[in-house]
Amino acid sequence: MTLIAKACALMKACALMLASTALVATASSPALAQKAANTVRFAYDQAPENVDPFFNNVRIGVIIGANVWDTLIYRDPETNEYKGQLAKSWKQIDDKTIEFDLREGVKFHNGEEFDADDVVYTLNFIAKPENKVVTQGNVNWVEKAEKLDKYKVRVTTKEVFPAAIEYLAGPVVIHPNAYYEKVGPKGQNEKPVGSGPYKVTNYVPGKSITLEANKDYFKDSPKKPGKIGKIEIRFIPDRQTQMAEALSGGVDLIMHVPKDQADQLKAVPTLQVVSGETMRIVFMQINSLENTPAPALKDERVRKAINHAIDREAMVKNIVGEGSRVLNTICFPSQFGCTDEGAARYPYDPAKAKALLAEAGVKDLTLDIVAYRERNQTEALIGYLQQVGIKTNLRFLQYAAMREVISSNKANLTHQTWGSFSVNDVSANTPNYFAFRTEDITKDATVRDLLNKGNNSVAPDIRKAAYQEALKIIADKAYAVPLYSLPVYYVASKDLGFKAYPDEMVRFWEMGWK
Amino acid sequence: MLGFILKRLGLAVLVALTVSALAFILLRLSGDVAVAIAGEGAQQADIDLIRETYSLNRPIIIQYLDWLWRTLQGDFGTSIYFKTDVAALVFSKLPATLILGLSSLVFALAISIPLGVLAAVYANSWIDRLALAIAVVGQALPNFFFALCLVMLFSITLRWLPVSGSQSWQHYVMPTIALGYYAAPAFMRLIRAGMIEVLSADYIRTARAKGVAPRKVVFTHALRNALVPVVALTAVQLGFLLGGSVVIETIFALDGLGYLAYQSITYKDFPVMQMVVMLLSAVYVLLTLAADIANAWLDPRIRVS
Repeated sequence: MTLIAKACALMKACALMLASTALVATASSPALAQKAANTVRFAYDQAPENVDPFFNNVRIGVIIGANVWDTLIYRDPETNEYKGQLAKSWKQIDDKTIEFDLREGVKFHNGEEFDADDVVYTLNFIAKPENKVVTQGNVNWVEKAEKLDKYKVRVTTKEVFPAAIEYLAGPVVIHPNAYYEKVGPKGQNEKPVGSGPYKVTNYVPGKSITLEANKDYFKDSPKKPGKIGKIEIRFIPDRQTQMAEALSGGVDLIMHVPKDQADQLKAVPTLQVVSGETMRIVFMQINSLENTPAPALKDERVRKAINHAIDREAMVKNIVGEGSRVLNTICFPSQFGCTDEGAARYPYDPAKAKALLAEAGVKDLTLDIVAYRERNQTEALIGYLQQVGIKTNLRFLQYAAMREVISSNKANLTHQTWGSFSVNDVSANTPNYFAFRTEDITKDATVRDLLNKGNNSVAPDIRKAAYQEALKIIADKAYAVPLYSLPVYYVASKDLGFKAYPDEMVRFWEMGWK
Repeated sequence: MLGFILKRLGLAVLVALTVSALAFILLRLSGDVAVAIAGEGAQQADIDLIRETYSLNRPIIIQYLDWLWRTLQGDFGTSIYFKTDVAALVFSKLPATLILGLSSLVFALAISIPLGVLAAVYANSWIDRLALAIAVVGQALPNFFFALCLVMLFSITLRWLPVSGSQSWQHYVMPTIALGYYAAPAFMRLIRAGMIEVLSADYIRTARAKGVAPRKVVFTHALRNALVPVVALTAVQLGFLLGGSVVIETIFALDGLGYLAYQSITYKDFPVMQMVVMLLSAVYVLLTLAADIANAWLDPRIRVS
């Protein structure tokens, strides 16, 4: 493992060389985009463990899921407005019940007709823990679904669950009941059948998956039928290889390209580089628990000093890149309930940071910082802390190991990121770190109660007020350091028309050739 | 001879057992497997469910014995990541790795035999030094770096070969060169040393004195004898090439065992990783065993010692 890690690190160093050589080479070569064949070739670094959206928890799985399957509701990525997709309309009957009127005339890829049975079967299937849906957090709020008539369904949640609509517009896709009952998740993985704008025509686990436009896709869908005839997704683990593929015209689209490499590729005439903000937020946690291994962190002044020490504007500008913005609270601004109104702000002020540390009587403070990705950003954070006199030891770990360090109260500071599964609601974000869950290293009961109040109400005003109050306390007491949102760099063939969205979703159905 | 073989076989089984136990324990020491499987952002409920599903809450020694018992019965389990039968998955990836391993071996021999012979025949001349330089570069250059250089030349600049994938024979050209070049220097040095020794032997002098053509002396009389130790090295190198293909297969996204090994490490898919490690170590042990037996058969002194 370490050998591979070392190899990867060295390979990164070679990448810039690769890019600069390529500049010379590609300048004179014609574009090899698959415009004529109307095929988009997309490379991704990770293979999904299973194509069935309920049995994987990776981004590429979410991307395939949204292109191959439909959900009851669709969230417009531009306006964040909810629109009917498989459902025509819906209404909240009481705190725990929502009723859906379904669309008629929709067909699955195998010809099976869509109706209430599909919704009832799918939701009741995922609600049962024994069916072992991988991302329990996406489904364990469902109590049951009942059929009222052929095109009418009633869904009940276990608790009051205001984010239900958001989940029904995201990870909760609808399977064809007859087919799913027959083949189960295993068969659905081998030969996937959905009702979405693209259908799977070939799948080799760990290697590639081919999608073709669904010609019978229902015209009223807010997703719209795909204009690109064929999508070939290949799983290429190595980023340098992906880059070489893009340069040689072997693929038309790659994403998650590191900033330095994306900057280099901007000069290649056959390629376009698009940077888009994502819902993934970057932040530092500060362990202020009663038995924290670094007792100095219990002092609010020390935590405020850490906040003042970091020049987030400069980091965004110089390291993180276009599409990123500075955050003042632990959530993504478009998420329901996310606000920094009234919350304390900590502008970059190293002198003030030093003064606060002196006031707290802290000298020669040495802290451990645990991190798992974007190491260059962690190193910048370490540099800023060093400037105000806080020494830090970096413990760069695998995500799993880092999580263990945090939950076993061995972390002082953390450098983390969180993508909320693209759920546009604070309940998918802030409570993970402040509602007494595994990774809560603050444990403020008032904050927890406010977050729970926001999580367990369906009245928008009550929710907003509760979240705002919780976010304000977190900021005022400097329990953490909100940093910035992360952008994703896409590199694509110049001829491909596409748009980047904060939910990191690749919407093939919207793409076209220029 | 039978006693020797049995002793060696026993040793091979011991090696395989040790490897399996080490792989099993080390993989679990690298972090909480349940957390790794659940993925980033999983909640405690997900992790608990996974821990229970895969019996990860039992003592590690029990887990290992359970795994060993099932493996001995031929049941390699189900891939945690891909949810398919491990044996079927691993064997489906074997052909690509075998093709790559064998073609790299052939490539390594194809460049090392002529270079080794030339270096020996023209020992201490500029030809020798050039051959040595080629070998040093091959050994010193990390193979992933060399692979990237090949990609730059053949895919990006010349556009002759595809960068990654395993659909056609063209996809194997660069991986073969990258892996084979790395293995060549060891052969070259062995052939050079062997040839220099053989060329100064009495029977070569006799052959030369009898007026046999120089080319015939080198290729028919000398090379045949200098190649004997190369056979033993070939067995070991093939094992090395199969195992060493992890980086190369990952770079070229070649759908083989090495790539699968990389994926299984990344996804903490321990049933798959166990079997890949076991299979590669078994191949290595068997090839070494075959070489030992061949040597013992060739040279009775080894059997006695």
